[in-house]
Amino acid sequence: MARVNLILLLLAVACALSTVNANHRARKLFVELEREQGRMRSLEVEWGQLQLEQSTWAGSARIEKIARDKLRMKPPAAAQIIVIEATK
Amino acid sequence: MKFASSPLLSQRLPAWRARLLLLGFLAAFAGLAGWSLYLQGFNSGFLQEKGALRYSRVLELSATRGRIMDRNGNVLAVSTPVKSIWAIPEDARLQPAQANALAALLEMDVRELQHKLASDRDFVFVKRQIPPDVADKVAALNLPGIHDQREYRRYYPAAEMSAHMLGFTGADDIGQEGVELALEKTLAGKAGSRRVIKDRRGQVIEDVESIRAPQDGKDVLLALDDKIQYLAYASLRQTIADSHAKAGGIVVLDAKSGEVLALVNLPTYNPNNRVKLSGAQLRNRALTDTFEPGSTMKPFTAALALDKGKYLVDTPIQTAPGWLTIGNATIHDSEAHGVLTVAQVIQKSSNIGAAKMALSFKPEEMWTMLDSLGFGSPLKLGFPGEVGGRLRPYKNWRPIEQATMAYGNGISVTLMQLARAYLVFARNGDLLPLSLTRLDSPPLAGKPIFTEQTAHEVRAMLEMVVMPGGTAPKAKVAGYRVAGKTGTAHKVEGGIYVNHYVASFVGFAPASDPRLVIAVMIDEPSGGSYYGGDVAAPVFSRVMAGSLRALGVEQDAPPMQAAVAVAPAKESM
Repeated sequence: MARVNLILLLLAVACALSTVNANHRARKLFVELEREQGRMRSLEVEWGQLQLEQSTWAGSARIEKIARDKLRMKPPAAAQIIVIEATK
Repeated sequence: MKFASSPLLSQRLPAWRARLLLLGFLAAFAGLAGWSLYLQGFNSGFLQEKGALRYSRVLELSATRGRIMDRNGNVLAVSTPVKSIWAIPEDARLQPAQANALAALLEMDVRELQHKLASDRDFVFVKRQIPPDVADKVAALNLPGIHDQREYRRYYPAAEMSAHMLGFTGADDIGQEGVELALEKTLAGKAGSRRVIKDRRGQVIEDVESIRAPQDGKDVLLALDDKIQYLAYASLRQTIADSHAKAGGIVVLDAKSGEVLALVNLPTYNPNNRVKLSGAQLRNRALTDTFEPGSTMKPFTAALALDKGKYLVDTPIQTAPGWLTIGNATIHDSEAHGVLTVAQVIQKSSNIGAAKMALSFKPEEMWTMLDSLGFGSPLKLGFPGEVGGRLRPYKNWRPIEQATMAYGNGISVTLMQLARAYLVFARNGDLLPLSLTRLDSPPLAGKPIFTEQTAHEVRAMLEMVVMPGGTAPKAKVAGYRVAGKTGTAHKVEGGIYVNHYVASFVGFAPASDPRLVIAVMIDEPSGGSYYGGDVAAPVFSRVMAGSLRALGVEQDAPPMQAAVAVAPAKESM
């Protein structure tokens, strides 16, 4: 009888310890999850800022200015455009 | 002496003493049991709440507002988080060195900072909407009583260019103007919240439950085309500067789908910096300002005349001697034209010709036509302040009013309404609803207004306007066949016509299979000519040429055609 009790006691202690362990691991994982979610948010923010930057650099006004002033480009005159018929 | 032999023990005590003590203990136990019952049973809700307050917190989860993009996915408006620095003045007792460091980081005057921190309120904003990296540096200073909070700020990379189309949001990220307001429901995000357990140092250690998941606002793909918008903005700005005009507007529509490809009003403003904002800058003229359209209305009169079968394209109309008396009023042409066909009435823009056609209709017929084209009622695009213009009920039209309405006087419209009405000629006589957002499957056919034959006949007349001998040869676009109509109208101020003008041009191209409708309005041009054909038509031509090229629309006119120099006809007003 005493032996059964002893085994049960050990089992109970083991269960208790594993619960503590599981809880601890859950918390650690949670903190990690939290950190990754924070990273996700900050990456999203960065993406938004990069999109903003891209739109600013790729603005039509800027492109036209560079094309005209720096690269000396101009739209072709109508006579310079040759229309190629699509062959089927 | 031994305890057992103590004489006290042999003394008989009265029985009530033991009972009294027993009762006393029982009462104490009953009291304890009752108290614990009260705490556990009746008052537990309150106590648990108080307990939870000490470790559990409800965190607000902010949702971001959706982005606005043009039809090709270029970002036009995006929300990005910024931080606001706030302080509890009572706690914020800074050393002079600390105050200097903070002021330097926030780029503000130390005295201003001290003044704010000397406030006797519980909460003051030190500086709002600063970049997150600056806020991180502020947090690193670890100053007492100085805190930051996350907010969103909306940026518009296109700045002035599409200000009226996009509008802007207020400080709390709610749409106030333009698309931001019209599509508020789609763009707005819904903040969520979750319950967490925090430890003593304020770190979240456990997620208990999600109360509401945050819902980010949806992105919106506008019908707007960034390139066309830029072309429209640049051309209009140039023309307004050259002609010393007060204001102007331009609208570009896709004739195939009814999508709004560009909308520009000048003067405009920078939505990123709205410190000095005047009413004139804010006005979304293309939708909120009405003007008397003048001759741009004549094609509708001609179309109705053709549709009713009363006139054919080549029916002669006597316009000599250049004036016509109706009742006790007289209307004029700018010059006497003699006998003109219906097509020539449009090409030369004869008021008398248009008036004579109009007088052959019943007032009800003409009203029904104008009403079904959308004049007189707002477009309901969702923009603030949209107006419908003036279209009086036909019951009390006098003949002279009906005659003047035929050439666009006594009726007022917005630029957007006018552009939309021209869809009937650019299409096969049917009218589409307008769309601000990109349509994946455009409606195949709209509401029929005129017959297909009429639409094609009027389109041919409108092509003559742009040819030598018409009122707007300057609207030509090399390589494409263009059709359109000029308008030059006196402005009405306080109910009387004054010598200020609104020059307009509405047209479409390529005429063989119209793709774009463009309407241009220039308010009070004052440097030289004020005719629609001289002021508004060149803007049309430049924007049309650039847009057709940008869209890769096939040319429908041989480019080698040499233009014959013929003096342009002067337009009637």
